[in-house]
Parts: sequence; structure tokens; C-alpha cells
Amino acid sequence: MPTKPILIKNGRAIDPTQNLDSNKDILIENGIISQISNNITHSTAEKIDAKGLIVSPGFIDLHCHLREPGYESSETIKTGTAAAAAGGYTTICAMPNTNPTIDSKVAIKYVQQESKKNGYINVLPIGAVTKNREGIELSPMIELADLGAIGFSDDGNPVYDANIMRQALNYSTLTNTPIINHCEVLELSKNGLINEGIISTRLGVKGIPGAAESIMAYRDIQLCELTGGKLHIAHVSTKSTLDIIKQAKESGINVTCEVTPHHITLTEDLLLGKTGSDLKQEALNINSYDTNAKVKPPLRNSFDVKSMIDGIKNGIIDFIATDHAPHKFLGKNTTLENAEFGISNIETSLTSSLSLYHNDNFPLPLIIDKLSSSPAKFLNISNIGNLNKGSKGDITIFDPNKIWTINYDNFYSKGKNTPINGYKMKGKVITTIVSGKIIYEKGKIHD
Amino acid sequence: MKINPKKYLLDIDCYSKEEILQIINDSKIMMEILNRKVKKIPTLRGKTIVTLFYEPSTRTRISFEQAGKILNADVINIATKESSSNKGESLLNTILTIQSIKADLIIIRHPHAGAPYFLAKNSEIPIINAGDGSHAHPTQSLLDLYTIHNNIGQIENLNIVMVGDILYSRVARSNILGLSILGANITLCGPKTLIPNEFLSKSQLFNNITFEHSLKKAVNNADIVMPLRIQLERQSSGHLPNLEEYSKHWCITNDILKFAKPSVKILHPGPMNEGIEISSEVAHGSKSLIKEQVTNGVAVRMALLYSMLNSESKMSLEE
Repeated sequence: MPTKPILIKNGRAIDPTQNLDSNKDILIENGIISQISNNITHSTAEKIDAKGLIVSPGFIDLHCHLREPGYESSETIKTGTAAAAAGGYTTICAMPNTNPTIDSKVAIKYVQQESKKNGYINVLPIGAVTKNREGIELSPMIELADLGAIGFSDDGNPVYDANIMRQALNYSTLTNTPIINHCEVLELSKNGLINEGIISTRLGVKGIPGAAESIMAYRDIQLCELTGGKLHIAHVSTKSTLDIIKQAKESGINVTCEVTPHHITLTEDLLLGKTGSDLKQEALNINSYDTNAKVKPPLRNSFDVKSMIDGIKNGIIDFIATDHAPHKFLGKNTTLENAEFGISNIETSLTSSLSLYHNDNFPLPLIIDKLSSSPAKFLNISNIGNLNKGSKGDITIFDPNKIWTINYDNFYSKGKNTPINGYKMKGKVITTIVSGKIIYEKGKIHD
Repeated sequence: MKINPKKYLLDIDCYSKEEILQIINDSKIMMEILNRKVKKIPTLRGKTIVTLFYEPSTRTRISFEQAGKILNADVINIATKESSSNKGESLLNTILTIQSIKADLIIIRHPHAGAPYFLAKNSEIPIINAGDGSHAHPTQSLLDLYTIHNNIGQIENLNIVMVGDILYSRVARSNILGLSILGANITLCGPKTLIPNEFLSKSQLFNNITFEHSLKKAVNNADIVMPLRIQLERQSSGHLPNLEEYSKHWCITNDILKFAKPSVKILHPGPMNEGIEISSEVAHGSKSLIKEQVTNGVAVRMALLYSMLNSESKMSLEE
């Protein structure tokens, strides 16, 4: 059924791929951008007035957890994609750590069919590197890639065995897809709950040192060089890891990396339960040990956060990916030790990312590049992540200055596990359009 | 006389210097009651105290129970095992249940650091932390402070040496805080693998801590030496080669104590590994305050329960 044309008027259109940043009208017909120019008129199109708003190619998330199949009480494809649409995303890539793991034809087809049936936006599956994510035998990568897996990851776990990682990087060259590794040396992170440092010492909990990440990142880069594979380091969190990746990129190794919205905005200080200045000298309080700030890799200190921001600026970090990790109520309403790792953030990703614009003077096109164009390039898909004529009508309209208060009760995600509930933030998605269809508009999902 | 009633004792940093000194003072009065022939006063009649212990404990639990009973409170003991399979569902529901039976105060011990904070956040009644993971053990710290104060008459400017497993010790963490608040000089001694770096650099957590690897040097001029219990599992986690080597370097013996002040006193939070972190002759010798600590623990916990539960402005301690 052909959809009604949409005409977006008077918005500030930004497309980093064509250095576009000016007021343009955009016409979408049959799900495709058919015109982008000044003063378009159309008699039957549905008109959206985007005056004072940014019109961006739809956001693309390379790393999120939809929990279906297997953990539907935490999230489903329906709720996860609704949340993603509310966050301005039009395409998301689902991690395979579901039950069953996405390591077979049946499993990947299930995700694709359910996404088509119940998803509000496009879902691209990521396959597991190894069967059942056990790190022992490779999954049938060629079959999965032929069916549409955009890459492979055992996310949640690292690919632990160096030989298996080596073989995976080598074998996957046949599929031309990346191996996405969650870098974590398990012996160093064992029993660790938060970043290792002054706060873990103060709280009396086992910490996770930064070296647990950087050591494996270094290993993987060496294996990438050895095999000629395509390596992507998930959720980078320390300066050391970034330094290693920088060096690898400079010597031409095929490595990319991502950072999450929380690792560019939040620090381990949240675990102390307050945001005042002299954190270390004050008494703990009943908000200390905030389980919503428990995530892997852990929130680090302000030094690491700053290096993440620098990494985006200087291009070492390829894009922002959410690692949206919804959990059910009891997964977080317990002790820090029993709580699950992860943050539900796909609905707050834009506003967190915009802190770079508001606080660090980043230009908006750079942020849009990291949320949309660069992920599209990584996926090697040419008709998304830009506003070219002929590209898909996947568009996000947002107000970079709108002030709102984060309230998890309004989340579409089943995961209410955000450490920034109640925060007053700047920047909000107004409209999300997928294939020329308005999916989300002014706080409401269109069914 | 009466300090402002606190809702929580989660760690000793819930209290100011003045408030800690007030509890020390109140404990002296409680000690007098404890030494009476008929040691029972009606102060907390009609109050219900629940001890909720997710970890085995003898001395702390019976100390609280004794303190509550002397003050005429009703004490309900719940001993349970934290099961990782139910992911703490039981903890949240247990809190709500205890509140619903109209208990007046919960004393919790839990293997997870921060569990009492979770409890406090979800409860309307007062909470006392009786030990949470490697984080804090504030009532042990208060009784140690009381014991030191009672024997030496002051805490400010005393030289206190803590020896051993600082990394995993909740007693050490609370004592470092409490002794810092009261102005003592603290020396930490032991293998570096068991002493977090963050305690060592002056700029970070605390200002008045020094680290000394050699026990002989550490105890030099010490007023108080506090060996901590060393756990066998530190060997398998790589923190220690073996207990033999540990005791060779860090066991508190009479020979070592020759380097301390002649008046030096020994505290130990118990239970002790005699022959590993402390020799038997020191543990049971004239410098040891270890038995006294246990009695003092009851008095301090009486003072605490009284301060948290008694809403009367005047202390009435009549029989």
C-alpha cells in the first residue's frame, strides 16, 4: 500500500555526508526521499512544520539488546523498537545474546520475522561468533551473513579464547562482516561490579580495572593484523583502549570502535549516590550503591570520560552506539552485587549525545555523523544515514534545545533502569519517520 | 545527654565527631547497667527489634540480642542465606514484610556491600548495619573506639596500627573512618596486595594514613595494634603465597610488641586465627583487650538502640 507523501517544511537539514547544513524542505514519496530543496510545494502531502528544528537522517544503533527471543519480560522487539523510535532511531542492530542465541538459521529468521511483524523500525540482526556464545565452536557465519547478519558478536561475553578469536577474524573475511568484541579479561574483572579505583575502595566492592578492557583490545588488534579481518571494539571506556586503537588505525589495521552515551556523560561518582562536588569526603547516603549505574564496561572517572569526548572529536571513535540494556524491575531493585549490568538508554541517547553540543562546543553535524552517517558507512548501506535524493525516507526531527525531565515512567522500553531518571536534559526527538511513515511524533508512537 | 535520634547507622560516617563521643559517653552508663545484678531496664518496652542476618555470625548477633533484651525490647532473629538464584527478590520482600509486622528497627548483616543502604532506601524504620560485605561494620568500630577511649582516655593523636587484610575488611574500613573522624594517626601494615592503593596516597580518601610494610617499623611507638582476621581464601586468589609466609612477617607476637610503647594494647574484631595473625600469648596476654571488646560491644549497642528508639528527651535508666 503506497504511503501518503510527507513534506517536511522549514527545517534545518543536516547531512554530514554531503556537508549539508541549511534550511531545506524535504519531500518523501513512496518511502523514498524524492526531493530536497528550497520551497517545495505539494498539494496532497502531509506537511510537517520543522521550523526551528533539526532534520537529520534517522539514527542508526549498532549495538542494542532487544531481549527477544527468551527474555521478553525485560524487553520485546515491539517495546524495544518503540523505545528506539522514541529515541530517534530508524535502524537498530540487535545483539544475539538472547535465548536461544542467534547462532542458527532458525534463530536469525525468528528475529527478522518478528521484527517485520511487530517492529516499529528496521532491525538488523547480529549473529553470534560462537555457538551458544560459549566461545568454543564458530557459528555458521557464512549462512548467517547470507541471511542478513550484519556482523558477529558474543556480546555480554568476550570471545575469550585467543585462538577462536583468531579463527573468527580470519573466517569472517569470507562474509565481509566485522567481528564485534566485548573486550574483558575475565580473570581481572572477576566479581567486579564497578570501576576499580577510589570509589570501589570506598564502597568496599570489587572493582574492574581498565586493563581488563585494554589488554583484550590489544590482543584483538594484533589478531586482526595477523588475519586481515575486520574488527570492531564495542563500548570503549578507557583512555588506554583508545590509545591502542589510535595506534592501530594509524598503522592501517582494519579496526573501528564505538562509545556509549553513558561513557561520554557519566562517571563512577554516581555510585556514591550524589552529584555534588566533594564526593570523596562526604558520608555515603541511601542513594549510594545505585544499581542503575552498574554497567559493563563500568562507568569510569572524569579523565576517561574526557578522553572519550576527545576520541569522538578526533575521529578515533567511529560512532556512538547505545548498548541499550533493558532489565526488569527486580534485576535492579536489589543489592549492587545481585543487580544486573546494563543501562536502558535508547530513549535518552540523543539528549546525552547532545551534551557534546551544549557543553563541549561540538558542531551538530559531527554528532549526527556519529549517530547516523558513520554507522551507515560501517554497515556499508548507502541509502540510509544521509538525506540524498533516492535514499530511504528514514528521518529524525529533533529540537536540540528543548528542555525536558527524564521520567522512566514515560519510557516505551520495558527497562526502567536509567541512572539519569529525574535529570533535566537538553534536546529531544520530535518526530521519527521510517520509510516515509511517521512512527513517532510529539511523544506518541503511531501504531 | 541525648543525641538527636538517627534514622540509620549505615556506616560510622553517619555520625559526627560529637555524636560518636556522645555514644562513647552513653556506653559508659550502659556498662554500669550491664554490671548490675539485675541487668534489665524497661526503656525499650514495647519496641520490636529484628536482626536480619544473611551471613553466619555469633558474636555480633548475640551482642545485639543481649543489648535489646537488657533494654526490654522484643528481639526477633531471622537467619537466612542469600540465594543468588532469587536475585534479591527475597530481600526487598523481606524488608516489606518486616515493616508490615510493625517492627521498630532492623539490624542487618549481609554478604553484599551496600545491602543496608538498599534496605534504608526501601524502609521507613531505622536500620543498623551489622556488617555488609567488605564495606562497613560501624558497631564494631564504635565498640573499638569505646574500648580505646575507656582504656587510654582519649583517641586524638594516638598511634593506631592496623595489620593485615585491609582490602577485604569491613572492620578496617569503618575503623579507618571512625579513627580519622576522632583524629588518630593510622598506620596500615601488611602485604601490598591486601592494602588498596587508594588508602595509601594521602591526597585521595584520607589524610592521616601512612603505609608501612615492615611490622617492626609499623608498631614503633604504637598505642594500639589491631591485627585483622586473615582468610584462607586470600591464598587461592593470589593475594598471598601462603599463611606460613604471612605469619612470619605479620603475626603480632610479644617479640614484635617490644618495639611498641610499653603501654600498647591489642584489639581484634574476632574471630581470631591464633598463630596466624596473632600469637596465642598476645591474644590472651596482659596487653589484650579482646575479651573486654566483647563486653563493651553489648554496652555500645545498648547505647545505640537507646539513641535510635527512645523518643523521650530524658534518659531514664531506672530498673
